[in-house]
Amino acid sequence: MLDCLTPRHDVERFGITLVGSPRHADILLVSGIVNRQSIEKFRHVYEEVPKPKLVVAVGVCACSADMFRDSYNFVKPVDEIIPVDVYVPGCPPKPEAIISGIIKALEKIK
Amino acid sequence: MIEFLYYFLIMPGLLFTAVAGLLSTWIDRKVTARIQWRRGPSWYQPFADILKLLGKETFVPKGPAKIAFISTPMLGLIAVPIVSAMLWHSNINSNAGYLGNLVVVILLLTVPSLALIMGGSVSKNPLSALGVKRELRLLSAYELPFVIAVLAVAVKTNSILLGGIASHQLIHGMNIASISGSIAFLVSLMVAQAQLGFVPFESTEAEQEIEGGPMLEYSGKLLAAFKLVKAMLLFTLPVLLITLFLGGVNAYTLSGALWFILKYIIILTLIILIKNTNPRIRIDQAVRFFRWPMTILALIALVLALKGW
Repeated sequence: MLDCLTPRHDVERFGITLVGSPRHADILLVSGIVNRQSIEKFRHVYEEVPKPKLVVAVGVCACSADMFRDSYNFVKPVDEIIPVDVYVPGCPPKPEAIISGIIKALEKIK
Repeated sequence: MIEFLYYFLIMPGLLFTAVAGLLSTWIDRKVTARIQWRRGPSWYQPFADILKLLGKETFVPKGPAKIAFISTPMLGLIAVPIVSAMLWHSNINSNAGYLGNLVVVILLLTVPSLALIMGGSVSKNPLSALGVKRELRLLSAYELPFVIAVLAVAVKTNSILLGGIASHQLIHGMNIASISGSIAFLVSLMVAQAQLGFVPFESTEAEQEIEGGPMLEYSGKLLAAFKLVKAMLLFTLPVLLITLFLGGVNAYTLSGALWFILKYIIILTLIILIKNTNPRIRIDQAVRFFRWPMTILALIALVLALKGW
């Protein structure tokens, strides 16, 4: 995900930047699973993003908790906690796949 | 009255400064991207950002902090167009304005920082409080060398009227051509970097550290106001530096207008280059930087200006 900001796959040419706070954000990228300690904080961060917002689940762990489904710490998949708009599978997904997932999410707004 | 509203709101006040400021932020982002071997956004990106922010949901805290929360971004939106209008007015007509409008400009330029401080204080967030603490320390550190450097310019040109400073440079050459002028220009450039909140003095809005600092809890229209103020400052501060040090804006003829654009691009490029080649320094390092070396340099410039060099 961090790779998308680097010069090779520069996303700023599409006008996408990394912002400091959830309140300044439009798109929330979720990677990894949600466990019992972080579920409330995760919901809180989602509520902090102002509408209109989009959620992109990046990686198979966020899409369906592939390896960790039977883990002791695992609660629910991400899309049962917050509404997800675009799923980008892959472990890890290529930066080009992440960028194309974000563009698909943008098209959903239009 | 209508004329005053026109000057404040449209030209050269809010609308002109906002458009020019947003274009300057585009130049900043594009040049920064090119320095980092990236491509950078298209020319309409900052305008799209502000428009998008106007359409987003705005969160406001409940309780008595609500009024302060909503009104503090507007303070900057009021102060910076006034400064810009005064600067352009003085450059177009040297005798316009009232005596001492240089002092008023210096005072009004502290208002955006004060708005950040107040806005961060009423956000109920410990990270905002950290940003407020840093901004307070930075503001009190850079005001002293700024005032001394501007005093050096006023002493050298024998006037505290902005138009007087510009017209003095028309007769006697640019202020930067003298020793005291160039030292004062150096100090003012560093102070401008701090006023804009750019690296190396970015600790108040450190994105990776304190998540946006005082602006953390702002979203939607209020955040658009803060970002617009920052963009307008990016246009107003180089024009102030041009008026004080580089001979003012004499954009009556075509060659004069091109000369102004060249001076503006030079100062903007200096700011962007300093921004891209330096790390972000800690707040105590920044305060020490402004309190000792910059103040001493500014005092040297003042003494040299008094001597006449």
